[in-house]
Amino acid sequence: MSELDTFREEAHAWIRENAPKSLWGTSGSGPFEGYWGGSKCDESDPDVLKWRDLGIEKGWVAPSWPKDYGGGGLTLAHEQIIHDEMKAIGVPWPIAGQGLAMFGPVLLKYGNDEQRAEHLPKIARGEVRWCQGYSEPNAGSDLANLQLKAERDGDEFVLNGQKVWTSHADLSDWIYCLTRTDSNAPKKQMGISVILADLNTPGITVRRIDLISGYSPFCETFFDNARVPVENLVGKLHEGWTIAKAILGHERSSIGQSIARQPGSAQREVVARARKHLGVAGGPIPDPLLRDEVASLGMLEEAFHLTLARIQQSAAECGTSGPEGSISKLVGAELKQKRFELGMKVAGTGGLGWEGPGFDEDDIQYTRDWLRSRASTIEGGSSEIQKNIVSKRVLGLPEGKK
Amino acid sequence: MSGHASPSLLLNDEQRMLAKTAHEFIQEHASAGRLRTFRDTKDEFGFSRDLWNDMAELGWLGLQIPEEYDGLGLGFFDLCIVLEESGRELMPEPFVSTLLLGTQALLLGGTEAQKKELLPGIAAGEKVVSLAYEEAGCRDDLWDVETVARRSGDFFHLTGTKNQVLDGHVADHIIVLAATSGTPAPTVRSTLFLVDPNQPGVTITRQHRIDGHGAAIVQLDNATVSTDAIVGELDGGRRLMRSILERAGIGLAAQMLGGSEQAFADTLEYLKEREQFGVPIGSFQALQHRAVALYTEIALLRSVVLAAARAIDERPEDVPRLASLAKALASESFLQVAKEAIQMHGGIGVTDEHDIGFYIKRAQATYMTFGEPSQHRRRWAELHGY
Repeated sequence: MSELDTFREEAHAWIRENAPKSLWGTSGSGPFEGYWGGSKCDESDPDVLKWRDLGIEKGWVAPSWPKDYGGGGLTLAHEQIIHDEMKAIGVPWPIAGQGLAMFGPVLLKYGNDEQRAEHLPKIARGEVRWCQGYSEPNAGSDLANLQLKAERDGDEFVLNGQKVWTSHADLSDWIYCLTRTDSNAPKKQMGISVILADLNTPGITVRRIDLISGYSPFCETFFDNARVPVENLVGKLHEGWTIAKAILGHERSSIGQSIARQPGSAQREVVARARKHLGVAGGPIPDPLLRDEVASLGMLEEAFHLTLARIQQSAAECGTSGPEGSISKLVGAELKQKRFELGMKVAGTGGLGWEGPGFDEDDIQYTRDWLRSRASTIEGGSSEIQKNIVSKRVLGLPEGKK
Repeated sequence: MSGHASPSLLLNDEQRMLAKTAHEFIQEHASAGRLRTFRDTKDEFGFSRDLWNDMAELGWLGLQIPEEYDGLGLGFFDLCIVLEESGRELMPEPFVSTLLLGTQALLLGGTEAQKKELLPGIAAGEKVVSLAYEEAGCRDDLWDVETVARRSGDFFHLTGTKNQVLDGHVADHIIVLAATSGTPAPTVRSTLFLVDPNQPGVTITRQHRIDGHGAAIVQLDNATVSTDAIVGELDGGRRLMRSILERAGIGLAAQMLGGSEQAFADTLEYLKEREQFGVPIGSFQALQHRAVALYTEIALLRSVVLAAARAIDERPEDVPRLASLAKALASESFLQVAKEAIQMHGGIGVTDEHDIGFYIKRAQATYMTFGEPSQHRRRWAELHGY
């Protein structure tokens, strides 16, 4: 038995012994589900907090980070096993969020020792919550067009401008921003720098954005002469675009993973909704066309999971996920939308409730999740941008006029 | 997949070497353009006997056949590596009839005597063995067979007509599905019989299909066989056929994966070479995004085919689901890739002169073989309890 097989047995046993029973089956066990921590977190469920503390103690919040920075000192293959075993019983990661899934790995690679020592342990203990400052009103798909200005003034950068789609900025403590440090650079991808800011800095204000779903996970964040120390620059001045792309890479694989949930869960969910709304307890779904659509969804779901498994195995063996890694977000987002579309279709008029009497709470929630799912092919790089990237980097097709 | 390690979807070193060797050999000796030559010269066989023998010498025909029958004793997964490469060039050699239908029928249901008689010959490239199950009226329900085997003592007399029997025109042996009791439908029970095409009462008529792969009508008029000719159990044809077709569907899906990959690779090359408006047409976003959609479908198909092939060797309980998944996806993807390949090639793509047109013909033929996608989705739904 290989060392990894032994470790899988250990992880399997430990998670099943220690994860509080109330959390079983509650989560897709992805990087963005569950307890996000931070100073503004008002989580009171004792089981959630207990699971967080057990994870911290075991070093399994950030299993692959070095121990010096609050991690578990394990390999990515070990980390994958831990997450697989959590997913197998549907318990959330002890701590989730952008700091862990996206900012941390990038700081490990591009940050300096002081920055790592300062920020990573607080992420791994859930004390500080991070959000991302990327998009701007005029820099969406054309992200490199960003204009948030950072000007050097003595030992500080002075930030002026606006970020948008800063997810959960209202609940976060810190933001990592792409800023324009040289507006005369010959190419717009040059002259960009990554700068960290404490959201309590005077001059920073946050406003929430309501979505069509009625929720507001997103915010706008405004910078008005906000001053941060020069030590908050990550990597080299004007060379932040490389880091930005690395973070986007983590974001895409994280989104792919977080969409994945348990294998077969999308199909089970839609079948359950079909049974509920069509009033058939068991046996075949009576409408053969509908049944065919559900089977198509179930097959796409299985193919997606097998492809994720293949990407992970390839990454474990060769150290790189290979070209297929680039499609996980693309396919995952499409799968998510199909799942909700079909879930709405089988519900008929039962899925039309916004609030109030005559509608089931679960159905209202589902309807809002369906609306929210429309963003999955836009956020983290729209599907069209993903296709541009695959076309250029994987297929090697020539660049043309867009 | 949950709670325990996923099946390995990667090739090991030996398998990578096999894939490389097969790729190079087939690219050198077996381009898809041969289909045109076989057709235009009205070739007697419709494929190359010499090439089939060369591949036997390389050990490919006996990859999965146990060593006691002169094979290499490897897995179905290994066989699928060669099938994928053969699919890239749409090879009309009798892979599907002999290695998928015939060999799997024998491995799953053959008696010791049958296996001893036939498997070494298959591995040596000397014997073509096919399976005749399809009839004119049984498109939706495979089990509704009208070919009948009447029993008298230790003998059975077979009467009926089988259509599009793969490589039936060159087969040395044909395994025939016939009703043995309970007729008419729906209580019919069937049995598989090993039939010699040269025996009295058997008439073979060669058929010509769009894909150039060999097929024949097999007419049986009181063709007599003994109980020794039964493959599997008497009245057990339905169950055995299901297992055979699961394997055959997965193997065919591996070929279809190869076909999709090659049609896509050729198209990608064309997108980079062909210029209009003074630029390569591959610089147009409208085409780029469609190319990415095809790339994505093929990546998903690849995962599914590898998992299904692996299941045959290691996870029999997963075979029914994954077989339907692989065949359904392969059918939709291969046809889609073939259609898009023609469209992106433009005018040249619809000429007989260019090889890309062969891909849509093979895609349509394989789409309809061993179950259409809608049938597999129905089966998938049944297996998942809805």
